[in-house]
Amino acid sequence: MTDRIAEREETAVAAPRIDWIPILLTVGVALVALPLIGSFSTWMTLTVAALAMGMIIFIMASGLTLVFGLMDVINFGHGVFISVGAYMSLLVLWPLTGWVESPSIWLNIAVLVLCILVAMAISGLFGLAFERVIIRPVYRQHLKQILVTMGGLIIIEQLLHVFFGGSPITIALPQNFRGGLAIGPDIIVERYRLIAVVVGVIVFLAMMLVLNRTRIGLLVRAGVENPEMVEALGYRIRRLFVGVFVAGSALAGLGGVMWGFYQQTLTVGMGLQVLVLIFIVVIIGGLGSIGGCLIGSLLVALVANYTAFLEPKVALISNIALMLLVLMWRPQGLYPVVKV
Amino acid sequence: MLSRVLSGDYPRSPILTAALLVILFALALAPFLFPGAQPLNVAAKICVFVLLVASYDLLLGYTGIVSFAHTMFFGIGGYGAAIVLSRLGPSWSALALGIIAAIVVAGTLALLIGLFSLRVRAIFFAMITLAVATAFLVLASQLSGFTGGEDGLNYSVPEILRPSFRLFDAPLFGTVVNGRIITYYIVFFAALAGFLLLLRVVNSPFGSVLQAIRENEFRAEALGYPVVVYRSIASVVSAVMAALAGFLLALWLRYTGPDTTLSFAIMIDVLLMVVIGGMGTLYGAVIGATLMTVAESYLQTILGSLGKLGAGAGIPFVSTLLSADRWLLWLGILFILSVYFFPTGIVGKLRTHWLNRKNKALQKRSGSASNK
Repeated sequence: MTDRIAEREETAVAAPRIDWIPILLTVGVALVALPLIGSFSTWMTLTVAALAMGMIIFIMASGLTLVFGLMDVINFGHGVFISVGAYMSLLVLWPLTGWVESPSIWLNIAVLVLCILVAMAISGLFGLAFERVIIRPVYRQHLKQILVTMGGLIIIEQLLHVFFGGSPITIALPQNFRGGLAIGPDIIVERYRLIAVVVGVIVFLAMMLVLNRTRIGLLVRAGVENPEMVEALGYRIRRLFVGVFVAGSALAGLGGVMWGFYQQTLTVGMGLQVLVLIFIVVIIGGLGSIGGCLIGSLLVALVANYTAFLEPKVALISNIALMLLVLMWRPQGLYPVVKV
Repeated sequence: MLSRVLSGDYPRSPILTAALLVILFALALAPFLFPGAQPLNVAAKICVFVLLVASYDLLLGYTGIVSFAHTMFFGIGGYGAAIVLSRLGPSWSALALGIIAAIVVAGTLALLIGLFSLRVRAIFFAMITLAVATAFLVLASQLSGFTGGEDGLNYSVPEILRPSFRLFDAPLFGTVVNGRIITYYIVFFAALAGFLLLLRVVNSPFGSVLQAIRENEFRAEALGYPVVVYRSIASVVSAVMAALAGFLLALWLRYTGPDTTLSFAIMIDVLLMVVIGGMGTLYGAVIGATLMTVAESYLQTILGSLGKLGAGAGIPFVSTLLSADRWLLWLGILFILSVYFFPTGIVGKLRTHWLNRKNKALQKRSGSASNK
């Protein structure tokens, strides 16, 4: 009896321990790249750019890994929510062109925040409908989930075609976010990348806080462990899951806005293109792990940037190679969460 | 005899049997029944896609794993033919080398992917194959020195297969038997042989184990069947067949490029064909591939004219919703509906329909017998 209590206490203490090896690995990759690149300022520019890129990837991927980790639903339609988010920012950008071109930084920030809010709201709504119509009948059936979410992806993508047309749409960054910023001798960082880092850090901290420090987060985590018990205690687990799915879709929408501004060109297929990258990231990070998703995003972005500088041909397959290496080392990803 | 050819797997529904026979005869006699380049093109495409979709069904329908790399193997077959023919010139030995190389590459790659990802979780397989296939597509369109890049490769085929070649001096049944028709028959018979071989595979003890794995992985493992090994073999067989299909397409088109073999659109087509035709029945591949290919070739124009009608009536968005480019929208809806409401597809529906009728007739007969 006492043994069991002691054991429980031990696991309770052991739970928040952080596995440092993947984090050190990411830092190690950056450090190894330094002598290979040779010049410190080039290395610094590449690294900062990669960190920003990694943050955008993280925002896009976090929703997918959240939904999978908590609901055990693999959403191949996630990519299309990214496109939806990006296109919805047009609804703000078209009427508010004056704010975009305005020299006032506050109006610029306001327009970005508005874009984000609108995109998150609408892709969240899409998520609500998507969960209700497409995913609900196929809970716990992975094969069918892959098929129907793929079908949902095709449908929403085609609807975007209908309403926005098939040709690429260029969008302009708000006035003050354009161009670069010198943060040291010969080190120039695009301003927008700094904003991406800020947004990414906010998203990461918010997710961590909600999941680990609030009642809803507690319920969600409990629901993952033992849904029947949570239900028996009087909570509606379905509603909880719907909320998680909507949050995941809204995150995809947010990622879509950030990605759209980053590319400055919107195409209907952009979500599907980036979906592959997102899959690689969540596989590397470990399906369902949010910390792993962050590390995976940064690792992928760093490796992609360094190889693109050192050996452009290799960069074409650097992501895949990285994924295979990680899987050889840890077949479940860097931070294994999901039970096989 | 017929049982041997079909490996004991009959269509088990009169409507299905009739449909299959019609398709078989139409394809077998296509050059004589439907003269002209366009219908023959459609017929050849159907043959290739029947084989491709059937090989995909071995994975999706029989083994229960989703792969998004099937077009990659299709492409390996296509590029196998394209690269040898454009490098070594149009000779039969080059063709033989091409197909052997394609089979070896496709098989090895499938085995590697399988060993990497099949031991973890089925979901990983879907995601990893998607990633690998995308990387392959990027490589094929970037390494232009080797693959021709975005433009693809044009090449000529051995002399007998060229349009200018005549097998007989006089036309046969009103059709000139030229190299194109010979090529068509090579495609047709190779696809038929491949299909029958796949039918043999799924109806063998090996195929039964695959279905057992699909139904209950743990039980199959507990009964002593190494699941990973079986799945890997299934994925290798499927990859080799897809490569063969790609090879046939390359032979027919005399052109191979990323759009004809590797693009994601083809992967989606294949998925739709399998699901609409019927997962877990190879005859579903025949029905699905034929319906979709014919519809894609002819129905798009009908949809387009419907859309113009709608625009004429002044209803907004109807013309865009119904335009020929938006045909994927309707297919997507059909796809989801079929996954929900008839997961066994057209073939499954026909079979259960026939089974119910037979059972009812049996009950009636036994009912009237007991009354006496």
